Amino acid sequence: MLWACILLPQLAMDGVLRQRADAQAPLALLAGPPQRRVLQAVNPGARALGLKPGQTLSAAQALSHDFATADYDLTAIDRCQQLLAAWAYGFSAQVSLHYPRCLLLEVQSSLGLFGPWPRFEARLREELTALGFRHRITVAPNPAAARVLANAHDGLAVSDTQTLRQTLERLPVERLGLPREVATALARMGVRHLQQLLALPRDGLAKRFPAAVLDHLDTLLGLRPLALDFYRPPDVFDARIELNFEVESHQALLFPLRRLTGDLAAYLAGRDSGVQRFTLHLEHRNRADSEVPVGLLGAEREAGMLFELTRGRLEHLQLPAPVLAVRLLARELPPFTPEHRQLFDERPQQSLPWEQLRERLRARLGDEAVHGLGARADHRPEHAWTAQPTALPLPPCGPRPGWLLDEPLALREASLRILAGAERIESGWWDGGDVRRDYYLVETRSGQRGWAFRTVGGEGPLLLHGWFA
Amino acid sequence: MTSVVTLERLLDARSVWRGQAVVAASAAQPTGHAELDASLPAGGWPDSALSEILVAAPGIGELRLLWPTLARLTAAGERVVLVGPPHVPYPQAWLAAGVDLRHLAIVQATGRDALWATEQCLRSGSCGAVLCWPNQADDRALRRLQVAAETGRTLAFAYRPLAEAANPSPAALRLVLDGRPAQLRVLKCRGGLAPARPLQTAAWS
Repeated sequence: MLWACILLPQLAMDGVLRQRADAQAPLALLAGPPQRRVLQAVNPGARALGLKPGQTLSAAQALSHDFATADYDLTAIDRCQQLLAAWAYGFSAQVSLHYPRCLLLEVQSSLGLFGPWPRFEARLREELTALGFRHRITVAPNPAAARVLANAHDGLAVSDTQTLRQTLERLPVERLGLPREVATALARMGVRHLQQLLALPRDGLAKRFPAAVLDHLDTLLGLRPLALDFYRPPDVFDARIELNFEVESHQALLFPLRRLTGDLAAYLAGRDSGVQRFTLHLEHRNRADSEVPVGLLGAEREAGMLFELTRGRLEHLQLPAPVLAVRLLARELPPFTPEHRQLFDERPQQSLPWEQLRERLRARLGDEAVHGLGARADHRPEHAWTAQPTALPLPPCGPRPGWLLDEPLALREASLRILAGAERIESGWWDGGDVRRDYYLVETRSGQRGWAFRTVGGEGPLLLHGWFA
Repeated sequence: MTSVVTLERLLDARSVWRGQAVVAASAAQPTGHAELDASLPAGGWPDSALSEILVAAPGIGELRLLWPTLARLTAAGERVVLVGPPHVPYPQAWLAAGVDLRHLAIVQATGRDALWATEQCLRSGSCGAVLCWPNQADDRALRRLQVAAETGRTLAFAYRPLAEAANPSPAALRLVLDGRPAQLRVLKCRGGLAPARPLQTAAWS
């Protein structure tokens, strides 16, 4: 088995930066009690101002005022890890979050589909960059070795145990992931590299150091298996982006929205499912969330399309109050079936398939605005059609007009010519919509042909019910 | 000083364009009415373009004019979209005309939304024909439809009242349907002269 380790050296910073439109603006993450706020991490923009991790906030503010701050939020980091695990699950069935800020993937069994490794690696890097995370990737025959190699290398792929041993032996002791006091003790003993450490007698090491040290070394060399708990994707997608200021316009919501729909698409691709119905919650201060439900006719998972549709629905909403946070919740995740396509399409220039066009129209015009047409086996004209296509055998009937008027219209024309009729339509006594009418084909003076009726036994003018257009 | 130039030399140098040299294009989109096909320069509807049908009043054959085309398109599995139809299409009549209702979609929209929906349908290229009934469409709106029809290579039909005949239009083909006498006039057709003589619509109704 081959294990890839994706190390995320700046997970907390990336997790905050990707929610902001301008990633270059100076930003510092703060931790510690309110009396003594300490800079936990800074981005390159902030570093250029002279800020360093470990400084107190007051010291940093003495240097400059032109930087933004955010909390070093452990739950946000955990959410980022879960998202990345869901993304990685699309590439491998065995994904583990065993080590903090790090993804472990079993890649050998995935090489048949995504391989060879250089191409697979390039794809992983490309998608991670698109998601907004900096990363280091290494591959080794066991997960612990892959993690340790990521401490010192990026892009290194070791596939057999012999080479792994040679590579590991050159690593300095402090990079091996040993406890800090053990690493210090070894350094004081004059042991600089793993090679020197392995040359020492095992019984001596077992006496001098805790048992965990030998265990760790054996795991590194693949002599001892490492028990991993594997990631299992949740059944519900729930992501939230807290905005760092109060947003009152739709335009400013689009960037976080694009992130959320992009994350949703990555998550869906990992599960190989689609989404048919999801809700966008806009959180306000001191009042209930505004909800934007988005419903699709079929399961979809294309990021750009999800974004466009949600945007269409969002633009119809009047924001009742400033928005503090955006949350996307998707509960129904049906399996995704890709659409069948012809190899030789009759319209090669076809840019937008009908399903996507229909969703776009529904998003702007309303759910009921796009429908089909079907015939029903009923003689009453107002019951003869439905909005769903049907394939019923129809009883034979007389000539029918191409247009049917919603409401019959009184024909008050003197020179009306009756061309044919009467055709008696009498039906519906069983469902309360009783109809007894005599229909005539009429022609007006200007040459229009209509379909008009008079209720049996009734008086008054003919009522126009359709046009023979 | 003038020099005598023989006609052959001018023609050989291709510096004179000969109007008669236009070859009649093969009828990619026949209307289904032989007499109308014969009088149109393309031998049918102008492909990937907007055709305008100006109707004096409802009920004078405006659907019968298009039904053969729609029947042909839906039988080939192409989708036909009606954007904002003025009335409910009576399915029995459309079926009797040979239109396959499984490939027919109706979009309920009015005003600017209808124009937007028409343009989206045309531009997508996933429809065989798009029919619309714009109420107040100006020159610019029609030009957008014409460009969208070209982009998506789709047949576009716009039904408009007869009063619009006086206004210029970017449509590739403009037809007028008169109620009495029942006739069809070609106001404008791209790529040729409009036939001077009106066609009797009674022939196909």
